[in-house]
Amino acid sequence: MDELRKAIEKNMEEFGFPVTIDERLGTLQWVDMRELRLRYVICIENIMPFFEGMREGKLITTKCKKCGRLFFPPQKDCPSCRDSEMEWVELKKEGVLETLTVIFVRPPSFADYDPYTVAIAKLDDGVKITAWLKGDPQKVKVGQRVKVEISRRKEGYLMYELVPVE
Amino acid sequence: MSENVAIIGIGHSKFGTRKDVNLPELAWEAIKPALDSANVEQKDIDFYVVGNAGMWSSEAAVPSLMAEYADLAPKGSMRVEAACASGNAAIRVGYTAIKSGGADIVLVLGIEKMQESPNPTIIELIGRFGSYFWEFENFGLTFPGYYAMYGTAYMAKYGATEEDYAKVAVKNHYYGAKNPYAQFRKEIDIDTVLKSPYIAWPFKLFDCSPITDGAAAVILASEEFAKDVEDKIWILSQGVGTGTANLSRRDDFTTLPSASYAAEQAYKKAGIDLDAPWKYLDGANVHDCFTAPEIIAYEDCRFCKRGEGVELIREEQTYIGGRIPVNIDGGLKAKGHPIGATGVSQAVEAYKQLLSQAEKGRQADIKNGRWLTHNVGGTGHFTYVTIYGLEKR
Ligand SMILES: [Zn+2]
Repeated sequence: MDELRKAIEKNMEEFGFPVTIDERLGTLQWVDMRELRLRYVICIENIMPFFEGMREGKLITTKCKKCGRLFFPPQKDCPSCRDSEMEWVELKKEGVLETLTVIFVRPPSFADYDPYTVAIAKLDDGVKITAWLKGDPQKVKVGQRVKVEISRRKEGYLMYELVPVE
Repeated sequence: MSENVAIIGIGHSKFGTRKDVNLPELAWEAIKPALDSANVEQKDIDFYVVGNAGMWSSEAAVPSLMAEYADLAPKGSMRVEAACASGNAAIRVGYTAIKSGGADIVLVLGIEKMQESPNPTIIELIGRFGSYFWEFENFGLTFPGYYAMYGTAYMAKYGATEEDYAKVAVKNHYYGAKNPYAQFRKEIDIDTVLKSPYIAWPFKLFDCSPITDGAAAVILASEEFAKDVEDKIWILSQGVGTGTANLSRRDDFTTLPSASYAAEQAYKKAGIDLDAPWKYLDGANVHDCFTAPEIIAYEDCRFCKRGEGVELIREEQTYIGGRIPVNIDGGLKAKGHPIGATGVSQAVEAYKQLLSQAEKGRQADIKNGRWLTHNVGGTGHFTYVTIYGLEKR
């Protein structure tokens, strides 16, 4: 994009407009002068205990007091009984690897990371969890045991990840 | 009220890198032939619907833009978004509008101009089509990544290989080469796929549908209006399903529950036997945004039993002459996947196939007079299965 910026600056000076010629088709393009930056602010007030749990190295989630339904990700309301009486319960941090992928082509917002493995595991409590999988993806197999660990990420915040159990 | 709804006209732009036109110009390439082939004028249109996911393209109020550019004002309209199923969702709105008596003639436009943004921006935006916080924000899933987890699970459960997946790409490029509207008109071999760089293991570049600009349009009409029209097909039924936002909230990664449900609904409404529905069809277009999902679609649409989808591609049963020809327009893989246009493009293909108007080398034998389309949005978030027929029900 830096090259594109230089090209349009030059073209603005020479021709009067922020334009460029498409390399492949040779057709004239106007390059937008208005750049949009997006950063969402998301409410986590009602699942705050989940984040407090991670601070203590725990994975905790909501369970409906009435029907016993367990939710992960945690949620405030139980649609089964249309009730919002939830208790926070600690999940056993072990389970079975169900599937995985290695993300080679990464979104620009993850450009600082090397290719990473994303996996889904079914925890022994019955809920499933999506997270990064630590270690060499070629050494793991669907169906093997994994555990959940909480660690500090490159960006500086705490998050859970899956780790193969030897 | 109109019990039956027909497609009486179609239009389709060339798919690909369309930096030679702007958005309304691209739309017009589909709208004009649709109006021409239906032999209707803008004033005859009661209502129009635009399937468009947007974000990567500059114009958001596409229906109004088209009101201005294509002389559609002041007729009613709306833009419909159901991720990659926006096109068939738009058809759904038109179909139900006519069925309920709210309109006699509806124009449905599917359009996407993805290449107004650079590729990295598009990768960033499509990755967010899952559950934003629990999948994208923290784990950087990309669109190929979500479906790659399906691909991995299917390999583990049924013994499919990366080579099997490559066979889907080979078939779809074989037919794409015969479709003048396709983005890629080049045949490929297994090695081309296997030697291409990894995008999201086990998917490589040639397992993935491309980033595409394109438009497609259909004119829908009530039974009363369509009765004197010669070239037409009927919408026999539609099934619509919705899946959970998070993949982790699903039981299994070898099926899309929204798709199984939508297919079942569509077959039931069309009065088609659930045991071997493929015997009632002449062919299908399924949502092959990647290679593995095409195989999973065979199973979700009941073209075979669970776990046997991979056998269908190994035995070339989804080529013309096999059990059921699938994606013989090149599919999303080779024809291209302009998000909002894809579902409408599938309807255009159903029309061409059923009326035996497909190009040389890619026309299926039409014996049963029925064609199925399967259009999936997001990671199985929305599925629209539509069955079209030469004869009304
Ligand atoms: Zn409950």
